Amino acid sequence: MRLRAGGYQVRFVGLKNFHKQFFGSEQFHFLGTFKGMSMLGWVVAALVGIALLWWLYRYCRSRFWWLGFVGRLISALLAFGIVLLFCATLLSGHQFGTLGVTLFYVFAGCTLQFLIGLGLALLCAQPIAGKTFFRVIFFIPLMITPIGVGYAFRMLADTTKGPFTNAWQWFGLGDFAWSTDPWAARMFVVIGDSWQWIPFVFIILLAALENIPKDHHEAAQMDGAGGWQIFKEITWPQLLPVAATVMLIRLIEAFKVVDLPNIMTAGGPGIATESMSLHSYFAWRSLDLGQSAAVAYLLLFVTVVVCVSFFNYVVLGRLRAQRVAT
Amino acid sequence: MAPATKFLVYTLLLCWTLVVVFPLYWVLITSFKTAQAVNNGPFFIPWVDFTPSLHAWKDLLVTDAADTFSSFFNSIVIGVLSTMLCIAIGSMAAYALARITYRPKFGNILLFVMALAACAWAVWKLGVDWKLSAAAAIAVWLLLVLTLGRFFKRSVSNGDILFWMISQRILPPIVTVIPIYMMFQNLQLLDTHLALILTYAVINLPIVIWLMYDFIDSIPIELEESAQLDGASRFRTFWEIVLPLAKPGLAATTLLVLILAWNEYILAVFLTTSKAQTMPILVSAMNAGERGILWWSMCVVIVVMIIPVVVMAIVLQRFIAKGVLLGAVKG
Repeated sequence: MRLRAGGYQVRFVGLKNFHKQFFGSEQFHFLGTFKGMSMLGWVVAALVGIALLWWLYRYCRSRFWWLGFVGRLISALLAFGIVLLFCATLLSGHQFGTLGVTLFYVFAGCTLQFLIGLGLALLCAQPIAGKTFFRVIFFIPLMITPIGVGYAFRMLADTTKGPFTNAWQWFGLGDFAWSTDPWAARMFVVIGDSWQWIPFVFIILLAALENIPKDHHEAAQMDGAGGWQIFKEITWPQLLPVAATVMLIRLIEAFKVVDLPNIMTAGGPGIATESMSLHSYFAWRSLDLGQSAAVAYLLLFVTVVVCVSFFNYVVLGRLRAQRVAT
Repeated sequence: MAPATKFLVYTLLLCWTLVVVFPLYWVLITSFKTAQAVNNGPFFIPWVDFTPSLHAWKDLLVTDAADTFSSFFNSIVIGVLSTMLCIAIGSMAAYALARITYRPKFGNILLFVMALAACAWAVWKLGVDWKLSAAAAIAVWLLLVLTLGRFFKRSVSNGDILFWMISQRILPPIVTVIPIYMMFQNLQLLDTHLALILTYAVINLPIVIWLMYDFIDSIPIELEESAQLDGASRFRTFWEIVLPLAKPGLAATTLLVLILAWNEYILAVFLTTSKAQTMPILVSAMNAGERGILWWSMCVVIVVMIIPVVVMAIVLQRFIAKGVLLGAVKG
C-alpha cells in the first residue's frame, strides 16, 4: 500500500510497489538472482528450519503467551526467510540483492566493531601512561563527517594514486581494483564503516568500564582470580547493559548506512555494494518515490524485527538470567 | 603489570593509533597538494617528494571566504543549540524513566490512538474544523478512560516506553525526510536554522535518552534517597545529585550528539538551500562540476570540520576520564 507521486500528483497503486520487489522486475535488485538451489543450500535451509521449529516448540512447552508466540513466530519466519535467501543466492553461487548486502554490512560491521571496540576499551582501562592521549586519538574518526570518511577511504583505496600503491605492486596486485570485485568492495565498505564507528563503541564501553567500582576487581584479585575469570565474572556482567545498548544503537544505525557505499563505490560493481538505504535513495533520485518508500518500509520492517528480536531474546533474556542468579 | 604485558598493551595501542592516524594524515597532506601532486601517484612527505602549496586553503579561506565562514558559523549554531536542547530534554526524560515507575494501561493507549485516528478522519473526510475535532476527541477519550479504564488489566512498563523511544530512531532518514520537508515548507521555515535545530534535536533525542538512562540507572539510589529524606525536591535531587554523578556519561553523550548534528548530511541537503547550508554540504559540493572531484579543496573542508570537534573532545574528555562516580560512592 504505497502512494506514488508523479509530479505532485499522488496515485494509489495498491501493493504493486511491494509486489515488484519480491516477484516482479525488481526482484534481482532487492532479493537477488535465483536459478535453482544447490544441494548444500537445501541442506542448510532445512537444518535451520528444523532448529527454528524446535525453538518455537520449546517456547510453547515452557510458558505460553499468545503475544510472545506471535512475536517469536515473526522472528522465526524472518530468520528462515533470510537463511533461505542466502542459501538460494550465496550458497548456490548466484548474486544477492540489496537485502543481502545490507544484512552483510550490519552483521559483519557490528561484530567487527564490537570486538575491536571492546578490546580497545579494555586496553585503555588498564593503568597505563598516556591514557588521555590514546583516548583522544581513538575518538577522532567518529568526529569526521561520514561523507569525509567515504572520500578519504576512496583516496586510500586507489591502487594507482593512493598511498598503498607501492605495497599493492609489491604484492603483485598492481592492477587490482577494490571496486571491481564484489566481495572486496563490500569488505572495503565494512572497513570504512568500522573505522568510523569503532570509536563510538570504544568510548561508551570505556565510560562504562570506568564506572565499575574498582574494589570488586581488588577483591577478586585477593581471592586469586585470573584475568579471564575477572573479566567473565565481574566486568562482563556489569558491562552487559551498556554493551547491549551500544550494540542496539549500532544495529539501528548500521541498517541505515547510505553515505559510505554511495561515495566509496556508488553501489557498484553493479549492485554489489548497494545497501537498502542506498537502493531507496537511488529510487528517490530517479523520482520513483513509490518504489523508494516501498524499499524504505521493507528496510524498516527488517530492522524492527531484527532489533526487537535482539532486544527481547538477547538483552532481556540475559538480564533476567542475571537477576535470577543474584 | 608485568613488563611483557605492558609491552603488548602498548604495541596494540600504537598499532591502532597508526590505523586511526594514517587516513587523517593523508587527508591533511592532500589539502596541501596541487592537482599534479594528487594525480601523479602517491607522495607521502611534504618538501621531500612534493612541494606543498597553499592554493586550496587560499581558495576557500580568502577567495570564497564568505561562503566558507557562513557554512562554518551555521554548523556551529545548529550543532550547539540542537545539542543543548536535546541534552536538556533527554537527560530529564532519562531520569524520569529510571526513577519513576509509569504504568499506563495498554487499553488507554489504544483508545488514545483510536481517538486520534477518528479525529484525523473527521478533519480529512468530513471537513470538520481541526480545533473542534481535536477537542471532541480528547473529551471522548477522557470519558472512555474514566468509564472503561478500570477494566483494562495489562499495562505498559518503563522498558516498553524506553524501547518505543529508541524505535523512533529506526526509520531511515530517507523515508522521514519528505514529510519533514513538507512540514517545514508549510511553516515557511525551510532554509532556516530553526528547522535544522529542531529536526536534529528530535532525531538525536532517542540516543540521549537511551545512553543517559543506562548511566543514571547505574547510580546507586541510596544517595538520592538520603537527599529526599533531607527534604530535597525531585528536581533538586536531579540537579544537585544525579547530574553531577552522571557527568562522565553526560560528557560522552553530549559529545556524541554534537558530532552527529555536526556531521549530518541527508537532512541538511533537503532542508537547506543557501542561507542555512552546513559544512557537510560544502564537502560534497567539491564533487560537483566537470573538473571531477577537487580532492585538495575537499580535504581542506574536512580538516576545517575536524578541528572544532577535536578541541571539544579534548575539553570534554577530562570529565569522561575523571570517574566522578567512584569518588562519590567511596565517600
